[in-house]
This record gives sequence, structure tokens and C-alpha cells, in this order.
Amino acid sequence: MTPSLPVPATALLVLGCPEVPVQQALALHIAYQLKQHGARVHAAGNPAVLNLLKVSDPEKHYLPEVQVLENCISEIVEKRRNAELCIVFAHSDAGISYAATMRHILPDARLVLIIFGKDPDALVALVDFPCETIIEKAVHNPMAIKKKINGVFGWAA
Amino acid sequence: MGCIENLAYEMILPLGASFRECREYVERNFSEFWYVDPGYKLFDEYIIGLPPIALGIDGAKIVFPYTKPCHGTYLLGVEDAGEADRVRKTARKKK
Repeated sequence: MTPSLPVPATALLVLGCPEVPVQQALALHIAYQLKQHGARVHAAGNPAVLNLLKVSDPEKHYLPEVQVLENCISEIVEKRRNAELCIVFAHSDAGISYAATMRHILPDARLVLIIFGKDPDALVALVDFPCETIIEKAVHNPMAIKKKINGVFGWAA
Repeated sequence: MGCIENLAYEMILPLGASFRECREYVERNFSEFWYVDPGYKLFDEYIIGLPPIALGIDGAKIVFPYTKPCHGTYLLGVEDAGEADRVRKTARKKK
């Protein structure tokens, strides 16, 4: 399991609204993979998505640190938090707005934008800022998009 | 952004407006508008969005986008003369 790029010391997962089921599975998969490769992983989202993660990972094996998104953004803007890698999940216009915000406040981070849901192509046109994108129509079945994510990061299936 | 939710706000565009719709609405409907970048502090909260973010001002009322992960972006208006003056001093005119 050799990553294609240097392993980041710190990684931030920015999660969208949890209404699309694959997000939860992908977040835990990515957190697991990053942790296996030595990264310190931190996740930010709204209270609903954080509660889902806390219930799924009660002993915090995969995501030891989770935080409300607004607090995370405050800490980054105020230079109290940083991340070498930022992965943003977007299945709506709001998700793209959060990704653009992360691009602006974390200018040196590797930004990977995962665009998924029922109609990801409609969102792609909104992305006019530098980032890597992983695009897949995915609502309930995470397998195809997981394969793409593994490919981008150089993780074994 | 609990702070903004506790303000006496006027809903200019309903929940679910796209970010671009909010920006274009401000540019079309306000003679005074300013631009800021994501992370600009307004009403003690950091603004989210695709830069440049358009803020409209009508007298003492500031019109700004407010994004929530589950719903998209609202365009809100809040009366606050002091904050409007601060925007005039710290935001920019050009995109």
C-alpha cells in the first residue's frame, strides 16, 4: 500500500449534509486509509454528520478528532489550525462553497474535492478554483467512487 | 453560525438559492455592493462561499450570503449601521 504522493502529516475531511449515504462510508474509509499511512486525521461537519460518525466509531479508532465546521473554519482563519491535505465532500452547491472557502483559507494544502450524489456533473461547472476532483454518480453504492479515491491516493483496493 | 441565526434577519432569497444566484442578485439589485473573500468576518462569523463574495448595502442594511451544509445558500439582510460602515472600510469595490 504505497501512496502515490507523500503522506500528509495532517489531513482534514470536510463533510457535507449526511443525506447522501455514501459519504459516511467514504469518510470512514478515507480516515482509515490516511491513518494507516501515518496521517493525523480531523473531520469537520454539521452536528448531524458528526453524530453519525461518533455512533459509527464509538472508540474513535478512525476519527479521533471531529469538530463543528464553523469552529474548524474559525480556527483555520485565525491560524490556530492547519492541514496539509484537505478533502471536501460535495453533493450540493453548498459543498462547492465550502470547498472554495477551504481553497482560500488553506492555500498551501492539497485540496481534493469529491463530487458525488445524484447529479455530480451539474456541480462540476461550479468549480472554478484549483483543486483535484473525484467525480462519480454515487448515492447508496460507494464501490465505484471508492475505487476512484483509492486510485487518486494510491491505495490498494 | 448560530450568531447569525440569532440576528433579526430578512430573507432576501429563499433557502436553496445557488451561490451564484446570490452574487448576481446583489450585483443587480443594489447600487452599493462590495466584494470580500471567504473567511471575511461579518457579524462575528466567517463568511463561506466562492470568491468574490458580493455584499450589498442599502443604508444600514447589509445583504450577504449565508451557507448551511444541508440547505444551500440563503441571501439575508440585517440592519446594522456599524457593521455596514465596517464593510465599507474593509471590503473592496473590484472583484
